[in-house]
Amino acid sequence: MSIFDLSLASAAKALKAKEISAVELTTAYNAAVASLNPRLNAYITTTPELALAQAKAADARIAAGTATPLTGIPIAMKDLFCTEGVRTTAASKILEPFIPPYESTVSGKLKAAGAVMLGKANLDEFAMGSSNITSGYGSVENPWKRQGSDAKLVPGGSSGGSAAAVAARIALAATGTDTGGSIRQPVAFCGLAGIKPTYGRCSRWGVVAFASSLDQPGPMARNVEDNAMMLNAMAGFDERDSTSAVRAVPDFTAALTRGVKGLKIGIPAEYRLKGTNPEILALWDKGIAWLKAQGAEIIDICLPHTKYGLPVYYIVAPAEASSNLARYDGVRYGKRVDGEDLIDLYERTRAAGFGAEVKRRIMIGTYVLSHGYYDAYYLKAQKVRNLILKDFTDAFTKVDAILTPTAPSAAFGLGEKMDDPITMYLNDVFTVPASLAGVPAMSVPAGLSAEGLPLGLQIIGKHFDEETVFAVSAAIETAAGFSALPELRAK
Amino acid sequence: MAYSLEGRTGAWEVVVGLEVHAQVISESKLFSGASATYGGAPNAHVSFIDAGFPGMLPVINKECVAQAVRTGLGLKAQINLFSRFDRKNYFYADLPQGYQISQFAHPIVGTGEVEIELQDGTIKHIGITRLHLEQDAGKSMHDQHPSKSVIDLNRAGVGLMEIVSEPDIRSPEEAGAYLRKIRQIVRYLGTCDGNMEEGSMRADVNVSVRKAGEEFRTRCEIKNVNSVRFVMHAVEAEALRQIEVWESGGEVVQETRLYDPAKGETRSMRSKEDAHDYRYFPEPDLLPLMLEQSWVDELAATLPELPDEKRTRFCTEYGIPFYDAGVLVADQTTADFYETLAKGRDGKLAANWVTGDFFAAMNRTGKSIENPPVTVEALGQMLDLIADKTINGRIAKDVFEEMVETGKMPAAIVEEKGLKQVTDTGAIDDAVTKVLADNQDKVAEYKSGKDKLFGFFVGQVMKAMQGKGNPALVNEAVKKQLG
Repeated sequence: MSIFDLSLASAAKALKAKEISAVELTTAYNAAVASLNPRLNAYITTTPELALAQAKAADARIAAGTATPLTGIPIAMKDLFCTEGVRTTAASKILEPFIPPYESTVSGKLKAAGAVMLGKANLDEFAMGSSNITSGYGSVENPWKRQGSDAKLVPGGSSGGSAAAVAARIALAATGTDTGGSIRQPVAFCGLAGIKPTYGRCSRWGVVAFASSLDQPGPMARNVEDNAMMLNAMAGFDERDSTSAVRAVPDFTAALTRGVKGLKIGIPAEYRLKGTNPEILALWDKGIAWLKAQGAEIIDICLPHTKYGLPVYYIVAPAEASSNLARYDGVRYGKRVDGEDLIDLYERTRAAGFGAEVKRRIMIGTYVLSHGYYDAYYLKAQKVRNLILKDFTDAFTKVDAILTPTAPSAAFGLGEKMDDPITMYLNDVFTVPASLAGVPAMSVPAGLSAEGLPLGLQIIGKHFDEETVFAVSAAIETAAGFSALPELRAK
Repeated sequence: MAYSLEGRTGAWEVVVGLEVHAQVISESKLFSGASATYGGAPNAHVSFIDAGFPGMLPVINKECVAQAVRTGLGLKAQINLFSRFDRKNYFYADLPQGYQISQFAHPIVGTGEVEIELQDGTIKHIGITRLHLEQDAGKSMHDQHPSKSVIDLNRAGVGLMEIVSEPDIRSPEEAGAYLRKIRQIVRYLGTCDGNMEEGSMRADVNVSVRKAGEEFRTRCEIKNVNSVRFVMHAVEAEALRQIEVWESGGEVVQETRLYDPAKGETRSMRSKEDAHDYRYFPEPDLLPLMLEQSWVDELAATLPELPDEKRTRFCTEYGIPFYDAGVLVADQTTADFYETLAKGRDGKLAANWVTGDFFAAMNRTGKSIENPPVTVEALGQMLDLIADKTINGRIAKDVFEEMVETGKMPAAIVEEKGLKQVTDTGAIDDAVTKVLADNQDKVAEYKSGKDKLFGFFVGQVMKAMQGKGNPALVNEAVKKQLG
C-alpha cells in the first residue's frame, strides 16, 4: 500500500497516530505534483516550499496536541480563492501578476486548521465553463481515459484542476466553488465526491466573484467522509460576507452513519430528459434501488420549472458577472495595457486580459441588463428563478432529499463540444436548478460508463440540511462500492 | 408676484427640481471599515473593498442607515422599512468597482416635504420625492501631471444621501431657500455637515422653462453645483439659455450640463445619446435592508428639535417676532446660544441683543458663534444688570463694547468705570433744572407747541449725566419740570 492510497480520513488518523508525519506526506505529494502536473496542468501555481513549511508547522502542532483533523493534510486550492502572498489568477491573464495582500475566509479557515496548500488549482477562466478549456493557463487533462483510448478528456469545470488533482492523487482533497455545477460536474467526471453547500454556508469573502448570488465554495475529495471533514473546516458565518448565514455548523461527519431508513427520497420526472444517455438513466435507476433497499421511501415528485433552469442561469449568471468583472480595468492591480486615454486603456487591457468565453458572458450579461431588455430578460429570469426555488420548497414539504444524475454524460474529449457554446452549456442542466434555488447538492461516484468512465449521482437537500445530503450520499457510496481508479495517478 | 423671466415672446415660468447629495456623517464608510473623515493624505483612507479588489464584499454600516432614517424623519418623509441596494454600472477611474452601490427601485426614504420661507415672508412647501443611500466616488485630478491623471480614493465609498425634490421650485430664490433649508435640517440632525466648499454637500439642478399653464417642457440637468449662490445663478443662466433656444425656433434637448461660475453660464457635458445606460440591477452581495418599526421609533424619539418647530416654540415661549425667531434658529449653535441667554430673562431683550449688537460684533471681529466675541454668561450678566436697573440700555452698549474688547465681565466693567445707573431723583431733578435753565429758548418753543423737543431735553439730561441716568426717571422729571 502506498501513501497515496490513504484517503483524507485515513491520512488524518495516521498523522494523529504518528504513523506518518506531515512532512513525509507533503514531500510525497510535492514530488507527485512535480512529476504529474506538467502533463495534467491541474495547478496554475505550485507552492512546494510553502507546503513543506506548513507541513513542518503541522508536525509541531500534532506533537503539541493542538492538531485538528485537517492538520498536515495536503490540499489543492482552487485559484479563485485569494491567498495572501500567493499569486491568484482566477485562470485569467488579466490577473496574471496579482498577488493578494489578504487571505479569503475559506482558505484562511483551512490554513488555520493546519491544512497544507500544495498550490493553486487550475479552473475555467473566472470559473466560467464546464470543461476547464477556457483557462488562460491551458486546459487540464482528466487523468481518466476511455477504455482502449489515449484521447485526452476534459476534467469538467469550472473546478477542473481541483478534480484532476484529487483524481490523479496529486492532492488529498481540494477546494472548489460551484456557481452552476462547478464542483459537482467535475467530481462526476473524475470519479470523486463533492458538495455544493447551501448558499450562505461558506463565506464568499476573498473568493474572486463570478455570479455573486450563485457562487458557493465547497470541498472536493475522494469520498463522502473526506468531504464532510473538509466542510467542517470551511463552513461558518462570516461577518464580512453579508450573504453568509448566521447559523451554527454541525459536525457533518456525524451524519454519515445516519442511514436512509425512513427517509423520503424524491425522484423528479423532469430530469428524465429526452435524449439523455441511457447509461445515465440506468445508473439513476440503480441509485433508486440502492436507497429503497436500505429502507428509504421513493416518491415521484414534480419540479415543473426545471426546463427553465438553464436559460435562467445563463441570464442571471452573466448579468452578475458583467458587473463583477468591471473592476478588472488595469488601473489598480493586475494586467494593464496602456492606451491613448482612459477608455483606450480599458479597452486594450480588457481585450488582452479576458478570454473568449469571459468576453462572451460579459456581452450577454451587459445585454440582458441593458435599457429596453432588462424586463424581458433579467427581470423575467429573476421571476422564473423564484418559481424554481418554489419547486424545491414545495417538493421538500413531501421529501427529505432528491436524487438525480449529476451530468448528462461522462467526461468528453478535449476538443469535443467546442463548436457551439450552447452544447457546452447543456452540461449544467442537472446541476443548475439547485444552484438557482440555493439548496445543497452533492455528487457521488456511482458507477462506470461502458467506456470505463466514472458517472455520478446527485443528492439535493433542503436549505442548510447538508447533514441529510451527507447521509444519503454515504448510503449511495456504500451501495455503489465505487473503487475504480484512473491509470494516470500518483502511486 | 410670481417669478418669471421675460423673453421676446412674453413671460416664461422656470421649473426647477434639485437632487442634493449630502455626505453622511459617520466614523466609517457606507460599506467598509475605512475612515470616512475628510482630509488625510491621498489614498490614506482606503480599504481593499473601496479599491475594488478581487473577492471583496460590502457590508452595510448601520450608523449610515440610522443617519438616513434621521434625515428622512427630519424631512417629514415616509421611512421605508424595506429598501434595497442596486448596482449602477459605469466605468470611471475613480469608481474602482466599476459600479456604484446605490438604491434605485426601493429607496430607504419615500415622499416628504420641507417648508421654505422667501424674502417677502411667503411660506412655500417643496415636495421631497425620495432619499436614498449610495456610495460616493473617489476624486480624479487631471492637473497634477502632464500626461497622467491621479486618483484619490479617500472619498470612494463614503456614504451619501441623495435627496430628490419634486419639480416644485419656481425661481432662483426658491432654489436657494430650498438648498439652505435642506442644509439647515441636516446640520440640526447632525447627519451631514452641509459644507459645500469641501464638497460634502452638492446639488444637481434640473431646469426647464414653460409658458404659463403648459405641461413641463424638456429639462436639462446641471451637475455638481457646489454653492447656494451658484445654484441660484445656474438656474437663471440655464433658464435664460433655454428661453433663447425656444424663442429662436430651436428645441431644448435633454442633456447633462456643467455650470461655469467664472463665465456665469452652463455648457453641455454629454447629450442624451451619450448618456450612460447604467444597467441597474439588485446588488447581489447585499440582502435587502429591513428595518424594525421600533428602531425607527427610537430614532424618532431621540431626534433633536428641528428648526421649524424651534422657531414656533421660540415665538410662543419667548414672545419674539416670527422673523427674529427665524434668524435665531438659522443654525443650531445660534439657537442654543440664544436659548441659554433667554432662559429666565426677557426673551425679547435677549433676541434684540443677539440679532443686534452681538451679531454686529461677531461680523466686525470675524468671530463665529462657536467662538463668540462675548460669552453667553457675560451677555447674560449684562442683561441681568439691565433688568435690575444697575445700568440702562444706553450704558449697556458701552459696556458691551468694552466686553468685546477686553473680555471682562460686565459687572466688573460697570464697577470699574462707575457706570452704575443714577436713580437718585434729587440728582436727576438737579440735572433737569440745569438743562432747562440753559435752554430757555427751546423751553419757550416747546411750550408754544413744539412737542418734539421733549426728546432733546431728555437727551441733554442724559448727556449731562454721562448717560447714567435712569431713562424712565429722567423722562418723568423732564415732564414734571416742563409742567
